[in-house]
Amino acid sequence: MNKYFRADRMPHMWCPGCGIGTAVNAFVNALDKSGIDQKKLAVVSGIGCTGRVAGYINADSFHTTHGRAIPFAAGLKAASPDTKVVVFSGDGDLMSIGGNHFIHAGRKNMDLLVICVNNLNYAMTGGQVSATTPLTAITATAPYGSFCEPFNLPYIAEATGAVYVARWTVYHVREMQKAIGEALKKKGFCFIELISPCPTLFERRNKMGSGLTRLKFYKENAIVENGADTKKTTLELNKPFIVGKFVDVEGRQTYLDAMNKYYDEKFQCDLNYMTYKGVRSSYNIEEECEGCQND
Amino acid sequence: MKAKGCVFFQVERCKGCGFCIEFCPMKVLEFSKEYNVKGYHFPVAAHPEKCIGCNMCGLYCPDFAVWGEKNKD
Amino acid sequence: MKADPRGVLTGIHYLDGDHAACEGALAAGCRYIAGYPITPSTEVVERYASRIPCVGGIFMQMEDEIASSIAIQGAVWAGAKAMTVTSGPGFSLMMEHIGLAVMTEVPCVFINVQRGGPSTGLPTLPAQSDMMQARWGSHGDYEMIALCPNSAQECFDLIITAFNLSERFRTPVMFMMDECIGHMTEKVVIPKAEEISITPRQYTKKSPIEYKAYEPIKDLIPEMAPIGKGYNFHITGLTHDEKGYPAMNEETQHKLVTRLMDKIRNYKKEIIIIEEEYLDDAEVVVMSYGITSRVAEKAMIDARKEGIKVGKARLKTVWPFAEEYVFELSKKVKAIIVPELNAGQIVREVERAAKGNCEVISVPHLGGAVHKPSVIFDAIKRGANRGK
Repeated sequence: MNKYFRADRMPHMWCPGCGIGTAVNAFVNALDKSGIDQKKLAVVSGIGCTGRVAGYINADSFHTTHGRAIPFAAGLKAASPDTKVVVFSGDGDLMSIGGNHFIHAGRKNMDLLVICVNNLNYAMTGGQVSATTPLTAITATAPYGSFCEPFNLPYIAEATGAVYVARWTVYHVREMQKAIGEALKKKGFCFIELISPCPTLFERRNKMGSGLTRLKFYKENAIVENGADTKKTTLELNKPFIVGKFVDVEGRQTYLDAMNKYYDEKFQCDLNYMTYKGVRSSYNIEEECEGCQND
Repeated sequence: MKAKGCVFFQVERCKGCGFCIEFCPMKVLEFSKEYNVKGYHFPVAAHPEKCIGCNMCGLYCPDFAVWGEKNKD
Repeated sequence: MKADPRGVLTGIHYLDGDHAACEGALAAGCRYIAGYPITPSTEVVERYASRIPCVGGIFMQMEDEIASSIAIQGAVWAGAKAMTVTSGPGFSLMMEHIGLAVMTEVPCVFINVQRGGPSTGLPTLPAQSDMMQARWGSHGDYEMIALCPNSAQECFDLIITAFNLSERFRTPVMFMMDECIGHMTEKVVIPKAEEISITPRQYTKKSPIEYKAYEPIKDLIPEMAPIGKGYNFHITGLTHDEKGYPAMNEETQHKLVTRLMDKIRNYKKEIIIIEEEYLDDAEVVVMSYGITSRVAEKAMIDARKEGIKVGKARLKTVWPFAEEYVFELSKKVKAIIVPELNAGQIVREVERAAKGNCEVISVPHLGGAVHKPSVIFDAIKRGANRGK
């Protein structure tokens, strides 16, 4: 899989026992099996530990601003629909500061795969409480324990209309790879939550041991329930939790497909080659549209 | 008897997390006595003859430092 | 290269500034706009949304200005020419991403149709109080290009210049309109496509092995690589080396930020456009921009009638500021009058550049309406009487 990594940047900066690398491993393995041309891939990350993923994957990769990977990816996809655009970022980046963009991308059914590595805190900045920190967990900005309910990510994703929603942990290496493989082939807004330890910060503050200890915890406590009701998938500290594939639907048009179909019907001419093929083609127009009046 | 698989290492990348050692189904790997450049103990194939090339080590490794392949017959 | 005829609405039109800016963007080849509605800029995107099914291109109304300002950058990397449009409150929201565009050297245009501020201010009334913000709004050290049209025709012409400068210098360009120019309907002549000159994007001819994302090639500017062709480039807002990889140390910071600033500073002569009139015998010069320059015209005509030797130096480029130009001018005249629809922003630059050689008279107005010509006339007279 080395062809998928920027060898000149190894070793990477993630801590010993951090699960982000394992998640990236699952991603490149799934990518390899999917047959997607590495040249046609674009990886977009935000800021944070998981945000560094873009910098290590050997593809056209973009390390954007905090929380804004999704709108960047939306613009990228719109102007180059043939590109397979994957957003790979963390829970704080995608769901707190980026929360608004997440729900709108889901509403529009932008054709994006969003992989969210959830380590239950803002790791890069020192382990502060995030929107996914479970109740009573200790973090840097909740030193006596978090008293605020966290987000239930699969529930939100389903509510936005995502066409694929799954949650696994970095212990579930084969399931992660399979889920990513399925989502890579799917058109529309796909969301995969991957729970990971943060041994240096979250796990240490909550006395949960090393990355390895946590992976064993995931092994013992993850309940695989495909098709579960996402209302019930909230994470609680040190309790069993649900993983699996929760949503996998067909039939929702992506934003760009809906746009093209709508304009085709409204204007009764085949405008697909201009808008769908991407904006670069606007300089290579072979056919002229007769009888199309403007102004 | 030849092993069914073989483990490959890029030990300078390893951070000593122990995932590969724990999750190898055949218990092929152990921590080395030596350190790599960054000061971590890295995995060594203590029982290479048991390797079946399943690549569980490779799938678990967060540092892209180890992977297994099936031997071609 | 010449403009794509598909986007050029050749002919004589009666358009307001917002509409003219939209047509100018289309003529310049802009085929992606991400925007969010905000008075008084909304007409730009409304027209764009109705034009692009026929011209070809995409308009995405995003959930906020923050999303808009970065979605356009995604589109630029994907190969499109892109623009976003906003006013004061949205401009403030976009500041982080303007910085990202500067740092990652993304050619794109940001239109700010300025309105009364601060905060929600006067959504439907003009001001020019974001001029300093256009230059200094984002964090960190950087240079900025900002253009200022003063008519609907200029909204068309100058925005093409804005796109060309953004591609030439691989930098975002601020297009600073105001509510008055935006909503003022005037004659706009749109020429044939072959008469419009467009600067193409500088794509590299190097192979993916040789290519480095931020290696300066010509005039301190690196070449872009198209996506999807195996270049596997990495782009980050972190301080980066020539490969584009994060390199967070003192040396790289100095090297990178100096180059980002020098690539504009060293080429000011190419960027600065000033409209001059009657400067040969001028004792007093009016230096204005945007809608205020239209009002100042009347004041200058009246002053000339009274025998005051007043000249005009209208800033079409406000940033980078024409320091050397003003310094030379200040040695020849008694006073420079700077009327602005703000509490006095660009006048600070004029004062700084004049270095005390002449008097610099600020004619501020906090917005909500334009100056009365008589106020500018009085200032011209004061300037002419200096030393008497």
